[in-house]
Amino acid sequence: MVNGKTLLEGTADGDRLRLAGSGAWTSANARQLEGLIDGAVRRYTAAKAVAIDMAHVDRLDTFGAWLLERLVRAFSARGAQTQVVGLREDYRALMDDLHAVKLAEPPARRNPIIQGLASVGITIVGVGQSLMGILNMLGALAVALLRVIANPRRLRLTSTVHQLDNVGWRAVPIMLLITFLVGCIIAQQGVFHFRKFGADIYVVDMVGILVLRELGVLIVCIMVAGRSGSAYTAELGAMKMREEIDALRTMGLDPIEVLVLPRIIALIIGVPILTFLGSMAALYGGGLVCWLYGGIDPEIYLQRLKEAIDLKTFQVGMIKAPFMALVVGAVACVEGLSVKGSAESLGLKTTASVVESIFLVIVLDGMFAIFFASIGM
Amino acid sequence: MAQENGQMNGSANGKAKDVIIEVRDVVVGFGSRVVLNHLDLDVYRGEILGFVGGSGAGKSVLMRTIVGLLPKRSGLIKVLGVDMTNGPEAQRRAVERRWGVLFQQGALFSSLTVKENIQFPMREYLKLPQRLMDEMAVAKLEMVGLDASALDKFPSELSGGMTKRVSLARALSLDPDIVFLDEPTSGLDPIGAGDFDSLIATLQKTLGLTVFMVTHDLDSLHTVCDRIAVLVDGKVAVAGTMETMLASTHPWLRAYFHGKRSRGAQGLDTKADVAPIPTP
Repeated sequence: MVNGKTLLEGTADGDRLRLAGSGAWTSANARQLEGLIDGAVRRYTAAKAVAIDMAHVDRLDTFGAWLLERLVRAFSARGAQTQVVGLREDYRALMDDLHAVKLAEPPARRNPIIQGLASVGITIVGVGQSLMGILNMLGALAVALLRVIANPRRLRLTSTVHQLDNVGWRAVPIMLLITFLVGCIIAQQGVFHFRKFGADIYVVDMVGILVLRELGVLIVCIMVAGRSGSAYTAELGAMKMREEIDALRTMGLDPIEVLVLPRIIALIIGVPILTFLGSMAALYGGGLVCWLYGGIDPEIYLQRLKEAIDLKTFQVGMIKAPFMALVVGAVACVEGLSVKGSAESLGLKTTASVVESIFLVIVLDGMFAIFFASIGM
Repeated sequence: MAQENGQMNGSANGKAKDVIIEVRDVVVGFGSRVVLNHLDLDVYRGEILGFVGGSGAGKSVLMRTIVGLLPKRSGLIKVLGVDMTNGPEAQRRAVERRWGVLFQQGALFSSLTVKENIQFPMREYLKLPQRLMDEMAVAKLEMVGLDASALDKFPSELSGGMTKRVSLARALSLDPDIVFLDEPTSGLDPIGAGDFDSLIATLQKTLGLTVFMVTHDLDSLHTVCDRIAVLVDGKVAVAGTMETMLASTHPWLRAYFHGKRSRGAQGLDTKADVAPIPTP
């Protein structure tokens, strides 16, 4: 009856069914076995008494044992008398284990429209929560700052200097390079188009005003968000995952004061310096292109620049820098501290930190533009 | 002497000696520091081997070398008869499917749920229908003493004991022949550790596992280990049953197995004389 090839064979005799298993009931054969078992359950609907002969099964692992259990359960659920015979004694304990398994109820299906609406709602609540988080962080920073002002020795000077080295000094070469290139590109485009109606010389006005008022600070802040904001989020997030932040709290230290304040102070000092250096590099690049590509002598460039810009132009750019630094730092730290236990969440939060801070920097720039226009600066 | 003891006790429980892991003359080091110095060890089929040694003695190093995470400088490691260094690639891959490893911190994939963690090896190696994998995940979870309510949790939501159990379930996912356990009871309370010990003993019986257990837990050594191997100075100093350990005159073993904590584990009055325990 058992031909050694079929894992399960059935012989029905009226309402009595005899199923004979053979071969290796193991994970490697599980797929095939499952088909045979489900087939048998579907085919022998009339069976009232089922005997499952396991005498010729020479190997059984949890996969095979579970399928046997499923077979028994399927017939028993139909009210058939089911018994397993000939099972080797050393597999008895395994079968008893699996017999006790209680499967989970399948989760109730939800209406897709409601699910869609729910996900929109969850996203909106999430945006609100992250805005609240930033406000919360600004408040906590203000409190920490007041404490430090009341007692200046509480400021972590070493940490602040270390962070300043990371986000300021080490960022100088890349910032100079990028702003220099942007200055070159603006000047080249300006010369190319202005020349058509003989207004070459106004390129200098455009480069000067654009770089000092807007581009210098924007490019530096976007770079800082990508370079230092993401690092802050990842650092704080990893510390959160490894319970280092909780450890600080239990020692009676405020993580905002110990970790966040030095980082944000470093950014508030570092970003204006980088903005200044970046603007100078952009003006230099613009001048170089004007000279080599536009034929405007450096002397004329400098003279024209003096006429086109005044201290106000420079101030507008520089005033914005520390505020943008604050936004980038606060967003990065909020996201870092909201990392949950998983590696995936660390990645998500780092992405969110960069995207949000760049977005907020640009929004802030727009608000400053309106403000300066209305006070006539 | 070490080898002699090992051989003697391997046959003591009446089973045929079937060496499942064979470690010969293995040297492992980092830079100028040699951690395992010409180490020999046999693990027999169907036994629970407790591997002990001082902190930093290289217990985990041997385990990681056997499973191929650390390179060895010389020597031979055979698992299920396959040379794990020079054997054919396909055979070595096949052996890797027949062992499961429980890491000290669990090493569950943090971005996958408990169910996905347990199904991960099945998904990679077996082409099974989703329904069967879902049922198997529940079955494996129940075998390690949890229930279906843990299925959709993420590893960060689990307690220490649950993490160990879920990682054991993942290690057992493909019905391995050998399970490597790296300090399975560390970080568990004594009750949890005791439960985990009896769980390992039960699973070893039901599934016919061979267990290689790196441990510090004297209670585990007493209650579940068939045989104990002691690592001192980069070598297996003694291998054998608990009685052999207690009878040994090696100074490190005497300090380890006759210390206050050990005698507590044996249920002895800690003030009693140091004497070998009569075998039951």
